[in-house]
Amino acid sequence: MRRGIAATALVASLALAATACGGDTTDESGAKGGKSGGELAGTVTWWDTSTVGSEDKVFKALAEGFEKEHPKVKVNYVNVPFADAQNKFKNAASSGSGAPDVIRSEVAWTPDFASLGYLAPLDGTAALDKEDDYLKQAAASTKYDGKTFGVPQVIDSVGIFYNKKLLKEAGVEVPKTLDELTEAAKVIKSKTGKAALYLRGDDAYWFLSFLYGEGGDMINTKDKSVTIDDKPAIDAFKAVKELVDSKAAVTDATNGWDNMQKAIKDGEVAMAINGPWAVTDTLAGDAFKDKANFGVAPVPAGSKTAGSPQGGHNYAVYAGSKNLDASYEFVKYMSSAKVQAEVTEKLSLLPTRASVYGEPKVAENEIVQFFKPVVETAVERPWVPEGGSLFAPLQTQYTKVLTGQATPEQAAKSTGDSYRKLLKDYK
Amino acid sequence: MAVHTGPSVAKAPGKATVPGPRRPARTRESGVRRALSTHWYAWTMVAPVVIVLAIIVGYPLGRGIWLSLTDATEANVERTIGVNHIPATYEFTGLQNYVDAFGDPVFLQRLVWTIVWTVACVSITYSLGLALATLLNRQVAGRGFYRMALVVPWAIPGFVSVFSWNFLYNEKHGLLNKILVGGGIDAVPWLNDPTIAKLSVIAVNVWLGVPFMMVALLGGLQSIPGDLYEAAEMDGASAWQRFRHITLPGLRPVSTTVILLSTIWTFNMFPVIFLLTRGGPGDATEILVTQAFRMTFVDSPRNFSTSATWGVIILLLLLVFAFFYRRVLKKQGEVW
Repeated sequence: MRRGIAATALVASLALAATACGGDTTDESGAKGGKSGGELAGTVTWWDTSTVGSEDKVFKALAEGFEKEHPKVKVNYVNVPFADAQNKFKNAASSGSGAPDVIRSEVAWTPDFASLGYLAPLDGTAALDKEDDYLKQAAASTKYDGKTFGVPQVIDSVGIFYNKKLLKEAGVEVPKTLDELTEAAKVIKSKTGKAALYLRGDDAYWFLSFLYGEGGDMINTKDKSVTIDDKPAIDAFKAVKELVDSKAAVTDATNGWDNMQKAIKDGEVAMAINGPWAVTDTLAGDAFKDKANFGVAPVPAGSKTAGSPQGGHNYAVYAGSKNLDASYEFVKYMSSAKVQAEVTEKLSLLPTRASVYGEPKVAENEIVQFFKPVVETAVERPWVPEGGSLFAPLQTQYTKVLTGQATPEQAAKSTGDSYRKLLKDYK
Repeated sequence: MAVHTGPSVAKAPGKATVPGPRRPARTRESGVRRALSTHWYAWTMVAPVVIVLAIIVGYPLGRGIWLSLTDATEANVERTIGVNHIPATYEFTGLQNYVDAFGDPVFLQRLVWTIVWTVACVSITYSLGLALATLLNRQVAGRGFYRMALVVPWAIPGFVSVFSWNFLYNEKHGLLNKILVGGGIDAVPWLNDPTIAKLSVIAVNVWLGVPFMMVALLGGLQSIPGDLYEAAEMDGASAWQRFRHITLPGLRPVSTTVILLSTIWTFNMFPVIFLLTRGGPGDATEILVTQAFRMTFVDSPRNFSTSATWGVIILLLLLVFAFFYRRVLKKQGEVW
């Protein structure tokens, strides 16, 4: 009997597997929505990935403002945690059900989604409005294969967040180079007992400014070569290891974000590297009850230069959306100068339209004043579909260097090997 | 039946043998038909189970094995994007994925640590569970309370307790280090040092696994007849001798099962590793399943065939283990 059941189960499963591999096609047609008599109607579902608690309310309210301009359109705002959104969108987009009409796509995701055919090209649609107004750098991440697949939402980069009171107590200026940082750290430690810098050890994004500072980069897209195992990268690994070994920086190999935010918010460290997206959260900390205590400065320069990575988000439209016209119009609205100005006013995020920087409320914003020049000189990341995947191998090796499991040379070589596996046509 | 007819006919000499109609040869087909006609009721009763198992176990398994023999990635599988249907374009590549996996030094590194992790977790969990079960198998004041308290880790959802441990282990604000520092001892980098992180994840998994071991072994202990102990005591056996020669043999049927189960669970214990360290620091605590996850869900395009290959290899490793485990037990006369 037992054997019989097993045999039956096997036959049944094989039969099922065989039919499943044949594939099942379900045609979805008769989509409701679109234009009815020139007026937009239907539902637009938007997956936002902004931080819950500080940013999401603002974006939800703005998104629902679209309903006022187009009363027949219903905006369905969904907040998807940033960490899950990429896989969630890919799963939904490839299966043909459950995908949103519009997604807030991180700059590295945009070419990735586009290369897989999930995004609608936006050239010539309503979504691309006053294209020349967009900052060139912000627009660069929306292009893939000569077409435009996104509309820039916000642009960002990183700088040093610092506790003015702590630096004053120690009597030091914000360090401009890594050497100055090491010197200042000694003074800060002896005068205040606090560590100078919190360095995130569990996310390679926080390593990029050191990499750029030594004149290095992950890959070179122009001559298609991997540069992470060149000398500048090795120097950068050495530099971060040096910061941690000399106790100028404190770090963690796990839970970096939470520990970093707690450290800077409670005034346990004088400085931390972070970007505009963290300003609202950081200002909520005890150390910054007096907002004037919060300062932002450029990242300290390495031996060659000072550089910080360019990041940000785009609005992208799902190619399988049943309501493309309303989606294009929604993207146009969300990226309009008016909405961008409101986002900046409420959240201090950096707009992507040159004209918005001229608005008085935006121009007066201190965070914008600081980050605008940083963003203008920020290093563009490689906008290739694999761009997002470059971080995982680098992160492993970066943490290994910080925890003494690999030498800078080994780490650089190992990351380079992983990159060549990932990028088939790179040398 | 057929076996009996022959001799009975032969044993009837003298009687007029009337050649009756020849019985049809017993073919496979008639066997199936007969099995169906006799046992149709049983088959109907098990059908729902067979169908459900085929759908929830058989289909994913079959699909996984098939994908592991192809070069399927996110970019070439079948996709439905709105009204556009993109057919699958991946190809059958035979055993290439397996050749690649076994040639990959990363695979061997992960395999070694996965085995160390499994052996350490299972042996410690078993020893602790046995010790606690033995302690609780006698009349002690507040026995019911202890039993309750020791089952608590089992009653909390795994990810909740792992998160709590994450807070405890936090090097800068965690309770464990607060206590140590308060007592004048240096803070321990629980999850930030590769070696200590390995010990930390094992400790959490042991903490999670002990209640199950304890409850199962306590049940086993209570099924050992008390008169065996009495008789041994009369014969002057020491406490250790009674444990060694009555308790351990008496527990064997339970022990073999829980050790096998525990091995399989620990080998694939994704949440403890992933939620505590994400495989870090670096890749120090990465086991085979978390590495397979990393390969499928972090890289782009997501590589379905490689991770399916790793999944099948994990299955095969566990099958081989279960097979030899069973054989060893059989050799020792265990009815299993």
